[in-house]
Amino acid sequence: MHASPPLSGRSVVQRLALIGLVLLILVLSFGYVGGWLTPHRLTAQQLVNQLQANAGGTFPGYRRNHAKGVCVAGYFDSNGQAQAYSIAQVFMPGRTPVMGRFAIPGGNPYAPDGSAPIRSLALRFTQANGQQWRTGMNSMPVFLVATPQAFYEFLQAQQPDPSTGKPNPAKMGAFFAAHPETAAFLAWVKTARPSASFATESYWSLNAFVFVDANGQKHAVRWRVVPQTSGTSTGASDADYLDADLTRRLAQGPLRWHLVFTLANPGDPTNDATKAWPSDRREIDAGTLVLTGTEAQESGACRDINYDPTILPHGIEISDDPLLPARSAAYATSYLRRTSEEAHLPGIATATTEPETQP
Amino acid sequence: MTRSSTQFVLAARVLHWLMAVMIVSMLFIGVGMVASVSERHEWLLAIHKPLGIAILVLAIVRLVVRLRNPPPPLPEDLPAVQKLAAYASHYLLYALMLAMPLVGWAMLSAGGYPVMLSHSLRLPPIFPVNAAAFAILRHTHAWLAVLLFLTFLAHLGAALYHGLIRRDGVLSSMTGVRHDLD
Repeated sequence: MHASPPLSGRSVVQRLALIGLVLLILVLSFGYVGGWLTPHRLTAQQLVNQLQANAGGTFPGYRRNHAKGVCVAGYFDSNGQAQAYSIAQVFMPGRTPVMGRFAIPGGNPYAPDGSAPIRSLALRFTQANGQQWRTGMNSMPVFLVATPQAFYEFLQAQQPDPSTGKPNPAKMGAFFAAHPETAAFLAWVKTARPSASFATESYWSLNAFVFVDANGQKHAVRWRVVPQTSGTSTGASDADYLDADLTRRLAQGPLRWHLVFTLANPGDPTNDATKAWPSDRREIDAGTLVLTGTEAQESGACRDINYDPTILPHGIEISDDPLLPARSAAYATSYLRRTSEEAHLPGIATATTEPETQP
Repeated sequence: MTRSSTQFVLAARVLHWLMAVMIVSMLFIGVGMVASVSERHEWLLAIHKPLGIAILVLAIVRLVVRLRNPPPPLPEDLPAVQKLAAYASHYLLYALMLAMPLVGWAMLSAGGYPVMLSHSLRLPPIFPVNAAAFAILRHTHAWLAVLLFLTFLAHLGAALYHGLIRRDGVLSSMTGVRHDLD
């Protein structure tokens, strides 16, 4: 090896400074990408923190939204009708096991069932090839807002005022005035009543997705499940009637829904969950969802499932709907928090499997 | 002297620089995707998983290359504490290159997620479904990523120190450039 001429003390300092600068730029870039230098950029952590604030606190071990719910199990009997549009194995004629969860919105697992007119149904289909289809559906045809930022602003407006324990009407009014896209949801909510049963509701995907067929052709779709059980009664004053109703119905036999896909026409919006597609769009009844049993969520098999709607089998893909990545990110954050609580990790609130007594 | 013991073998150098790009990209992808709620979240996640498995495979190949081709010795006049730091950081980098993808894979397995490398390619689970294990593995993945980033910074800083200040042939043993910067 040749000997290098010695560096002057000044050169050494300059070169050390250069090395330090390179490292500093890397650290700052890492921090920027990680969002630490841009606290106003919306993150999943902020969304979940706001959900916790709106719930009036943290309920260890529970989901940060749709916290109150119940596990259900069953299967999907495909009739093969959707096969022409998607190569997903779940749509081949035959049966796919399903693990699901009914819930009501909000972050409080002890909220009364009548507190909101919305019910939700999350499903995980496990295909024979090991791929999964997870979906989280709600009992309304359109969503409140079209973007994660608008949803965050809604949650901020909805945060209970400490003096009244209820959302501040002025803030809510200002939010709706600034967000005319909420009109379709508000029109729906005016007529909606908290149903007495999970079994009598339809549940919509809200977001658009993309089917991929055997030729690689893509088809924008939305879906819903339509109950074979009819009923329009409104829930009683009891806080927990939904669970009791479901248990009673399932004791008498399975509950069934049609799984119906709506195919978009060219130009139908796929990136805006506040806009329903026209009612004349082509529909496919892909088969029957059959739910046969229920378990408490504190110990049931749905407890540890993150119903992230972007977990999809080959043949179904996400659309350009901006809510989908945000749902995925926020659900992952909620899942990490509640599983950390289940694991009793240090510095994290502890989960109990026993329902707490609420004041 | 064209093929000397002062240089890493070609395979080692190619693997080093290829994996350097992949691993640094991976660190930025990982920290970016967990902070994002935009469509970036989805496409970064779609890159993260196959890239992680590619790093795991290359790390195994690299370990074999390393064991079959011992690296050039460090300069004899390098202080003992710096030699120790060099060896320790290299062991740590190899350990993390192998551990990070395995912890990520195990974490998804424990969470009950299908480990999808593409729309259709699924890896089998390597850990039983267990929520508490998921949480521990998920936190471990994040802390090991921080450790890997810090080790990378130390490694880069040391390489530049050798190349710009000590000018002792250590940097050129990996760049393949025969003469260090004067």
